[in-house]
Amino acid sequence: MSTPISPLILLHPDDNVLVVRAAIRAGDALDIDGIPVTAAQDVTVGHKLARRALAAGDKVLKYGAPIGSMTRAVAPGDHVHMHNMKSDYIASHTRQVVGGQMVGGSEGGH
Amino acid sequence: MAEMRGFLRSDGRKGIRNVVVVAYLVECAHHVARRIVTLSDDMDVHLIGFPGCYPNSYAFQIMTKLCTHPNVGGVLLLSLGCESFNREALRQVVAASGRPVETLVIQQAGGTKATIEAGRAAVARLKVLADQTPVVPMARHELVVGTICGGSDGTSGITANPAVGRCFDWLVEAGATCIFEETGELVGCERIMSDRAVTPELGAEIEACVQKAERYYTIMGFGSFAPGNAEGGLTTQEEKSMGAYSKSGSSPISGLIKPGDIPPSGGLYLMDVVPDGEPRFGFPNISDNAEIVELIASGSHLILFTTGRGSVVGSAISPVIKVCANPETYTRLSEDMDVNAGRILEGKATLDEVGAEILGLVEAAAAGDRTVSEALGHQEFILTYKSFEPVGPACLPTRAA
Repeated sequence: MSTPISPLILLHPDDNVLVVRAAIRAGDALDIDGIPVTAAQDVTVGHKLARRALAAGDKVLKYGAPIGSMTRAVAPGDHVHMHNMKSDYIASHTRQVVGGQMVGGSEGGH
Repeated sequence: MAEMRGFLRSDGRKGIRNVVVVAYLVECAHHVARRIVTLSDDMDVHLIGFPGCYPNSYAFQIMTKLCTHPNVGGVLLLSLGCESFNREALRQVVAASGRPVETLVIQQAGGTKATIEAGRAAVARLKVLADQTPVVPMARHELVVGTICGGSDGTSGITANPAVGRCFDWLVEAGATCIFEETGELVGCERIMSDRAVTPELGAEIEACVQKAERYYTIMGFGSFAPGNAEGGLTTQEEKSMGAYSKSGSSPISGLIKPGDIPPSGGLYLMDVVPDGEPRFGFPNISDNAEIVELIASGSHLILFTTGRGSVVGSAISPVIKVCANPETYTRLSEDMDVNAGRILEGKATLDEVGAEILGLVEAAAAGDRTVSEALGHQEFILTYKSFEPVGPACLPTRAA
């Protein structure tokens, strides 16, 4: 199935992540800045994929601005989210909160 | 399209609605107030109130600004009788504004049934008086428009928020007043934002207020970041911030206000919603409607609400226009949305086209058209405890000039 428009958009030339604008299914052929990549998993609209290889500690750039840092290395096309990046300001949280205590998940334990 | 028109108030401001508000002054009067509003069965009779029995100058200030809001044409105050809210001071401010106002005290009026009956009669009288308000033409530069995002996801900052930003740019260019807010959702944007301030001193104030927000939220243990944000693809507070920030458009920032401050002139204003001093009363804004109430207290005639995950709320007093960022959400919740900004993501519309559509809806609402949430009867309202210091002189350079 070919889509009429790319499922990924680049918001700013300095960015090292791409934003998913049409749902991606595992196995889809993706074009990551000219590199052919096979999608490893389903990714829904609004999520981010790495535009290039990133190392732990690298700043993640979106809108041309830093939005956090990587906590582990990823390859081009990998899903970038809470399991491999974190805020440089305030920790994010998920529903996995019990009695006011974080019980993991939100920042990948970093 | 119908022309914009305003209900002319004694202070020269014009309202786009002529609402009679029924305001409970403590939770103990809430039920009676709600029954009066429900039984009136009138889209322009709204319920507002403050639940606390302990005094709070912020809450008093907000209630004062709401009861004298340009969209309000009459006020019924509902008191139990023993609460600490200064009902007489509020009544005097409303009366001095030229609006009809009545007070009912449940302990004196004979209890629930008698007060509901008296309240219905009072609302009918207030409606008659409010209906005598002169209706005059209204121009774009007289509009005050606030914006907020709720239920944000990874699409909000690409579609709905920058489209609202375009609309804000055109409104500011026309001399209107636009307000964006939630400094806790601007953590990470402070330097970019301070560069847009009309003076370096204002820029420093903006950076300081974002630092205050960051500290406050760190003490609370949570950023302004809900689980749905993460499910929608947002990973960090600063990522959400950059998306939220795009609602402000690209105009220079003319001033920094606090809830209830009325901007002194047209332009783009940032509202600092995070309390001053040590945290005392909990989270700055416990839900979206707390922010909407503050935008309205600062004079907003209407609110542009962007949502990715899909909020359904409206508000008491000022109509809410809902701009849906995510095309999939729009498919599920189209009956709750005014604008489908997700078309931008699908390549079916440009930011400018959606921005122009939003501006058209702003003007239609100001001509009397009901927004979607308004027509569905949404009139959410929440007001809780806070404490603020007044803004410093550097925050409003245009007033000093």
